[in-house]
Amino acid sequence: MTASYLTEETSIGSWLLTTDHKRIAILYALGITAFFFLGGAAATVIRLQLLSPNGHLVSAGAYNRLFTLHGVVMVWFFLVPAIPTTLGNFLLPLMIGADDVAFPKLNLFSWYLFLAGGLLTVLSLVAGGVDTGWTFYTPYSTLYSNSNVMLAAMGVFVVGFSSIVTGVNFIATVHMLRAPGMTWFRLPLFVWSIYATSLVMVLATPVLAISLLLVIAERVLGLPIFDPRFGGDPLMFQHLFWFYSHPAVYIMVLPAMGVVSEIIAAQARRKVFGYAFMVYAIMGIAVIGFLVWGHHMFTAGMSPYASLVFSFLSFIVAVPSAIKVFNWTATLYRGQIAFDAPMLYALGFLGLFTLGGLTGLFLASIPIDVHVTDTTFIVAHFHYIMVGGTVSAFFGGLHFWWPKITGRLYSEFWARTAAIIMFCGFNFTFFPMFIMGYLGMPRRYYHYPAQFQPYHVMASCGAVVLAVAYLAPLVYLGWSLFKGPRAGANPWDATGLEWTTPSPPAKQNFAKTPTVTSEPYLYHEDGRTHGDPRSLKPHRRQDEPAE
Amino acid sequence: MTRAALLHEPFKNIPREQEAFLLGLWSFLASEALFFGALFLGYAVVRHLHIAGFDEGARHTNAVFGTANTAVLLTSSLTMAVAERAALADRARLARIMLAATLLLGLTFLVIKGFEYREDLEEHLMPGHQFAIPLRGAVLFFSFYWVMTGVHALHLTVGLGVVGRLFGLSLGRRLLENRASIQTTTLYWHLVDLIWVVLFPLFYLVARG
Amino acid sequence: MNPFSRLFSAEASTGAARTDAIFVGVLAFSVVILLVVLVLVVGFAAIYRRGSKARRGDLPAWVSREVEIGWTAATLFIALFIFWWASSAQFSQWTAPPGALEIHVVGRQWMWKVQHPSGAREINMLHAPLGVPVRLVMTSQDVIHSFYVPAFRMKQDVLPGRYTETWFKALRPGTYDLYCSEYCGLDHSAMTGHVVIMAPADYARWARAQPDGDSLATQGQATFVSLGCSGCHGVEAKVAAPPLTGVYGRRVALADGRRVTADETYLRDAILDPAKNRVAGYAPAMPSYQGVASEEDTVALVAYLKSLSAPPATEAAR
Repeated sequence: MTASYLTEETSIGSWLLTTDHKRIAILYALGITAFFFLGGAAATVIRLQLLSPNGHLVSAGAYNRLFTLHGVVMVWFFLVPAIPTTLGNFLLPLMIGADDVAFPKLNLFSWYLFLAGGLLTVLSLVAGGVDTGWTFYTPYSTLYSNSNVMLAAMGVFVVGFSSIVTGVNFIATVHMLRAPGMTWFRLPLFVWSIYATSLVMVLATPVLAISLLLVIAERVLGLPIFDPRFGGDPLMFQHLFWFYSHPAVYIMVLPAMGVVSEIIAAQARRKVFGYAFMVYAIMGIAVIGFLVWGHHMFTAGMSPYASLVFSFLSFIVAVPSAIKVFNWTATLYRGQIAFDAPMLYALGFLGLFTLGGLTGLFLASIPIDVHVTDTTFIVAHFHYIMVGGTVSAFFGGLHFWWPKITGRLYSEFWARTAAIIMFCGFNFTFFPMFIMGYLGMPRRYYHYPAQFQPYHVMASCGAVVLAVAYLAPLVYLGWSLFKGPRAGANPWDATGLEWTTPSPPAKQNFAKTPTVTSEPYLYHEDGRTHGDPRSLKPHRRQDEPAE
Repeated sequence: MTRAALLHEPFKNIPREQEAFLLGLWSFLASEALFFGALFLGYAVVRHLHIAGFDEGARHTNAVFGTANTAVLLTSSLTMAVAERAALADRARLARIMLAATLLLGLTFLVIKGFEYREDLEEHLMPGHQFAIPLRGAVLFFSFYWVMTGVHALHLTVGLGVVGRLFGLSLGRRLLENRASIQTTTLYWHLVDLIWVVLFPLFYLVARG
Repeated sequence: MNPFSRLFSAEASTGAARTDAIFVGVLAFSVVILLVVLVLVVGFAAIYRRGSKARRGDLPAWVSREVEIGWTAATLFIALFIFWWASSAQFSQWTAPPGALEIHVVGRQWMWKVQHPSGAREINMLHAPLGVPVRLVMTSQDVIHSFYVPAFRMKQDVLPGRYTETWFKALRPGTYDLYCSEYCGLDHSAMTGHVVIMAPADYARWARAQPDGDSLATQGQATFVSLGCSGCHGVEAKVAAPPLTGVYGRRVALADGRRVTADETYLRDAILDPAKNRVAGYAPAMPSYQGVASEEDTVALVAYLKSLSAPPATEAAR
C-alpha cells in the first residue's frame, strides 16, 4: 500500500507546518470540534439554569457571560468555519481536480489566525468572560459593560481575518485550478456553494471587522463614535454589525446546502433536479443576502420606509431557498434511494431547514416580527437554520466523506441511530421555543415568569437528548478511526473526482491531472441504476483487504 | 536560478500562477474596499447629523501637513508604477532606484503624519476631557479622523513592509522572477494611495471651500 | 373573533388581533407547504426505496424547466402576497391616531419610569385607559432597552439620545406583563413590570389621586423657569431668542437652509443639542443643556412647549 497523506510523514512538525489542504482540514477539524463542545457546554449550563423560573444554579452575571460565550464561540469558531474550512478545505481541490488550493501557505496562515483568534477568545473567558451578548450592541458594549469586551472583540476580529484569507484562497482556487474540462457548469454543487460562501466571506467580513474595531476604539481610546451623549448613533453599529451578520447566516447555510446536494444525489442515485437552477439559487441567495440586514432592526427605531424595503427583500430571498427545497425533493423522484447515515442526516436537514425557512416568513412580516423579535421564537428560528440545518448537514457530510478522509468505515447502525436521535432531540429542544416565544417569552432572560416553565423544561429535556446525540459520533467515529474496516476508494459508488482517488488520498491528490468530459451526478445515465438493483445494495463491501 | 523554481504547487504553469496571484489580490482589495467603505459611509451618516460640528472640526486639521502628505503619496504612487514597469522590462537598476524612492516617500509620509499627530495632541484634538472644540459633533469628526487616518497609516506601514521585501529582492537581482509579487505589491500600494485621496478631502478640504 | 385565539395569550389591543390574524394566515400557508414537502419526501422515500419495483427512467427534458419555472413563480407570488398583506396591516400601526393620550416612558438599568400628562409618575407600572389610543414617547437614560407588552403584540426599542414612539388601543381591562426585551445588562430579566388597563373614568380618578400634583406641562413650566430658559425665551426677555409659543408642529426654517417640522425630537434636540438645528435669523447663543436637564426634565419641558401650541394640528399650514 502506498503512503497516504496521513502516513507520508508523521512528526508533529510535519502537521504544524503542513501546507497540504487535507492536513489543514484535519487541523481545522480538531479546532472546531473543541470549540463546538466548549459552546455546547455553555448551552448545557444555560438549559439547566432555565429549568426553574428563578433558579440560582449560576449567578445572573455568569448566566449573561455563558450565553455570550455560547454565541461567540458557536457563531465564529464553529458555524462559520465548520463546513468551509474542514470539508471545504479537504474536498475543494479534490472535486475540481487540483493538487491543492491556490495558496497553500496562506491556507496554513489562515489556520494559525483561527487559532490565535480562538486563543484570544478563550483568554477573555479565562479572564472573567464577556457579558454583551454575541451581538456586542453599543452603547452597552462600549460604555457600560465591565467585562473583557476588548479581548473577545479582538478574537473575533482576528478570526474574521482568517475567514477573509480563506475566502480569497478558495475564490482563486475555483477560478484558476479547475482541471481540464471542468467547466463552471460541470462543477459539483458543493464547489458552487463554497465559491458563493467565499464571496460572502470576502465582502461581508471586513464590515464586521470595522464595526468591532470602532467598538475597541471607543472602549480603549475613548473615541465616542457610537456614544449618544456626544451625538453618536448606536443604531449605526447595528447597521454595520448586521451588514455582516446577516450574510454570515448564508456563510453558514450555503455550504450545508452544497453538502446535502451531494449526499441526496449519491444516495438517490439521481442527477440533482434542476442543476442550473440550483446554481442560480445559490448565487441569488449570496447576492440578495447582502440586502436584507435591516430585518433584524424592525423594532430598533429605523425609518418605516426602510423597514418596508427590508421586509420586501427578505420575502424575495425566501424564493431561492424554497426552490432548493423543492429541487432536493424532486431529486428523490424515480430514484434508487438508500438510507445510509449521511442520507438520514440530509433528510433531517431538509425537514429542519424547511421549518426554519418557513418561520423566516413570519419574521419577514413586520407585524409578526415586532411581536416575536427578541423572544425565544427568534432563538428557535435561527437554531433551526443554523443548528438544525448547518450542523445536521455538517454531520451528514462528515459521515459521507469519512471513508475518504480517514480510509475507514464506521458503524452504520450507530451512525443511523445517532442521526435519528439528533433529529428528535433537536425538535424536542427547539420547537417549544416557538410556542413560548409567541406567548411572549423574551430571550436572554435569567429568571422568567412561571407560566413559561413547562416549555423551558421540555426544551431542557430535549437538550439532554441532543447532547447525547452530539457526543455519540465522538465515540463511534473515534472507534472507526482505529478499528473501523478499511474503506475502498468509492464506498458509495458516487460520482465526483474525489472518489477517483484512493481512500485516504495520497499527499499529491492526483498522480495524473484528470480530464473531465461530462456533467456531474450522472447516476442514471451511465447504467449504474439500470442493472439489477440488488447489485447496488452491498456497495459498502467493496473494501480493500486489510494489509 | 531556474525558471522552474518559481512555479509553486499546485500550479502547472507560471502564467496561470501569476493570474491566480492577481485574482487573489483583487479579491483582497474588494474586501479592503468594503472595510474602508463602511468607514466612509459612517462618516457620511454622522456628518449629515452634525454638519456644523464636522465643519468646525475640519477647520482645525492642518491643511499644510495634509497637502504635503498628499503630494508625497501621489509621487510615491508614480515611483511605484515606474518601478513596476522597469522591473517587468528587466531594467533592474531603474527598478531598484524607484523602489528605494517609494520606500523613502512612504517613510516621509509617516514622519509628516507623526508631526501632525503631535501637533493635534498638543492642540487637544484627541477626544477626551480636554478636547478643544466645544461645538457638538466636532468630537465625532475627530473620532473618525483618528480611526481613519490611523488605519490608513497601518495599511501604509504594511505597504512599506512589502515594498521593502521587493527592494530586498531587487538587491539580489531576483525581481523579474517574482513578477506576481511586483504586480500585487503595486496594486496594494495604489490602493493605500487611493484611500488617502478620499481621506484628504474628507478631513482637510471639506470646510475650506 | 378568530377561532385560534385560544391558542394565544390574551389579545388585549387592536394591534394584537391584527397581528394574530396575519400569524394564523402565514401559519396555515406554512403548514400546507410543510405537509406537501413531508408527503413528497416520505412518499418518494417509500416508493423509490432502493430495490423497489416502481417505474424508473429519465424524465422528459421539458419537465424540469417547466416545473422549475412554475414553482419559482408560485413561490414568488405567495411571498409578495404575504408581504403586501403584512405591510399594509402595519401602515396603521406606525403613527398614532391624532389626539392620542401621550404617556412618556424613560428606561434605565433596570427599571421603567413612566410620566403621565396629568403629572402622575410611576415605576415599572403603566396605568392606561381602556379604548383610548395611547401614544408612548420613550427614551433611555443609559443603554438600549425594549418596551414589550406581549398581550398587545407591541414592542419598541428605547434608545438613549432620542425619542422612539409606539402606540396601542387597549380592548380589555386587566393587568398585562411588561418586559424589557433588548438585553441591557446584569438584571435585564428583572426589568419587568405591568400594564394596568382601566376604564377611562377609573383612569382619570387614579391619575388625580397620585401625589405628584401638577400636570406634566405645569411641571415643565416650573423647570422652564428654574433652568433659566425663561431668561432668554420668556415674554420679557431682552435677548433675541426664537419665540416658543406655537412652535410645536410648525415648519421651521433653519440657518443651513433646511426646513423641518418641530416635533418632539426636534424640541428635545433644541434643548440638548442646539447646534444640530439652528433656527434661521438667530445668533447661535443657546448653550446645550446636556447633563443639566435630566431626561425627565426634558420630557416635562417638551410637554410645556407643546402646551403653548394649542390647538395643535391647525398651525401646521404656516
